[in-house]
Amino acid sequence: MSLINLTGITKHYEMGSQVVKALDGIDISVSKNDYLAFIGSSGSGKSTMLNILGCLDKPTSGQYHLNGKNVEILDQNELSEIRNLEIGFIFQSFNLLPRANALNNVMQPLIYRNIGFRQRKEMAMDALSRVGLGDRVDHLPNQLSGGQRQRVAIARALVTHPSILLADEPTGNLDSKTTIEIMQLFDELHKEGHTLIVVTHENEIAQHCHRIVEMKDGRIFNDSATEKASLGVAV
Amino acid sequence: MFFAFLESSRSALAAIFANRLRSFLTTLGIIIGVASVIAVVSVTGGMSAFIGDSFASLGANSLTIQSYTPFEDLMKGIRSRLTPADLELIEKRGEGIASITPILAANRSSQIKYGSQTAYSEIMGTTYTYQDVSQTYTEVGRFLAQSDNQTRRRIAVIGEDVRENLNLPENPINEYVEFSGEWFKIVGLLEPMGDIMGQSRDNLVLVPYATMVSILGNQARTDIGIQLSLTPTAEPDAVISQLTTLLRNAHDLSSSEDDDFRIQTAEQLMEQFDQILGTLTMVIGGIVSISLLVGGIGIMNIMLVSVTERTREIGICKAIGAKSHHILMQFLIEALLLSLLGGLVGLATGYGLGMLIANNIPDFPSASVPLWAAGLALGFSAFVGVLFGILPAAKAANLDPIDALRYE
Repeated sequence: MSLINLTGITKHYEMGSQVVKALDGIDISVSKNDYLAFIGSSGSGKSTMLNILGCLDKPTSGQYHLNGKNVEILDQNELSEIRNLEIGFIFQSFNLLPRANALNNVMQPLIYRNIGFRQRKEMAMDALSRVGLGDRVDHLPNQLSGGQRQRVAIARALVTHPSILLADEPTGNLDSKTTIEIMQLFDELHKEGHTLIVVTHENEIAQHCHRIVEMKDGRIFNDSATEKASLGVAV
Repeated sequence: MFFAFLESSRSALAAIFANRLRSFLTTLGIIIGVASVIAVVSVTGGMSAFIGDSFASLGANSLTIQSYTPFEDLMKGIRSRLTPADLELIEKRGEGIASITPILAANRSSQIKYGSQTAYSEIMGTTYTYQDVSQTYTEVGRFLAQSDNQTRRRIAVIGEDVRENLNLPENPINEYVEFSGEWFKIVGLLEPMGDIMGQSRDNLVLVPYATMVSILGNQARTDIGIQLSLTPTAEPDAVISQLTTLLRNAHDLSSSEDDDFRIQTAEQLMEQFDQILGTLTMVIGGIVSISLLVGGIGIMNIMLVSVTERTREIGICKAIGAKSHHILMQFLIEALLLSLLGGLVGLATGYGLGMLIANNIPDFPSASVPLWAAGLALGFSAFVGVLFGILPAAKAANLDPIDALRYE
């Protein structure tokens, strides 16, 4: 049974009199515990793809089933709830709240579930320990290194136990050493049973994944398994 | 919703204190508005309570009759008068009157001398009944007696201030003072009565009415005041209407002419005073509401700036699951707390200001802020905060998450 099921998804933008087809008929399924990369050059539609998958945006036409729910008919507030329950975002620029410390940043999504402080803190501490930041919880984002910030962001994504983790160029702002560390963390999370979707333009990053979807001009150009997939989970 | 509310309040406070100077300047309008209203209310509040007490001491069951000249007549040189004849008429024909007291103020020099000392004082001719009508009693010696009036004795009862100003001994009885070229023997010293609104009530000299009449000479031109105290069973309204009829007939007023005198109860005097205070408070209230309006616009302005500054944060919050009402609440609470804090600072400042004013005017009653005024001021600040917070908060809540996330 597939976790994500897209059929005939299109997304059109109007730019003046022109209609730009950012997505032009996408059919794709993602199963539980998939480790998938969307790659493509800029303008290929992969960012729009991410917005649609992340329920930040609605498709112009087509159907999107997420975890059995029909998502494209929901309104903004219902989409907020889906994002909170099903999706963990990891952004290129980390997108942490600048005035909140690491702990508060990780606790933030739990507030929208109306969870009490004590339980919020417990869950957030677990998530922060998982990404190896158990000792830096009261640091503000600007007191942390890039890699540490991304770990906080990953902890924030993990804390809600989402169905999928969506990462948008997660290592785009990191040096090569930290990139390797973060990708190792991703590999581990995949092994633990998480479903990861990574949007990237770097082939090296994509090679960590078990499935690579190449996009071009708003269409899926190629969809193939990598060597790692054939080697099984025990890489 | 509850934890979201708590968290919104916490982060709103954090945001307000993160920009301390900006928050302070933003709320300055509210602070000034609330401070001025509280200062005025605290001063007038103390004053009206005090005036209430003072009027009660005038004798609640008393009436005052005074001549009244409309402004137009005053310009023509016509002056209405109450004459000794009116006094006699009321004495003879008035109903429900327990005692009646004429008051004749000296309209020449009110200079009074003792030895080489000179002082200025209010000098009034009156009778023994003044004591009951005005609730004024002597501390030392005696009050004016009926016989003093009949024999036009040259005696005087003086107030505490007069004794002090003239350097009279502690017990001034049997000393002589000079007034209008005549010598008066002091027979009594009045109990100190304190001030009304900074005006001393102890700076007065009482002499027998008949004595005063003879000193002043031409009685036809004198204008007297009459104080009445009523019998316990008398209805003030009935007495007033009977006296009005009496005086109108005596003054030959046709039905189209207005009264040329005013009959007032102590209560009416007090009501008039309250009315003046009330009007004053309303006028200042109006000015203050303009200040609060301006303060509210200031808050709206800074909240709009704040929403723009935090567009990306709003995008992040929406991406990780904040619904519109979470964002709305966040900014509304921030606006509310901002103006409420301004209200609190204003309340404290206003109270301090009121104390300062009250303490710097001698014999002024101390300032007090009634609870309703404090509540109203805070309530109104909160209202301003919510009113002017709605627009920025709604703007924040309706941001598109993708656009907000991309905002630089």
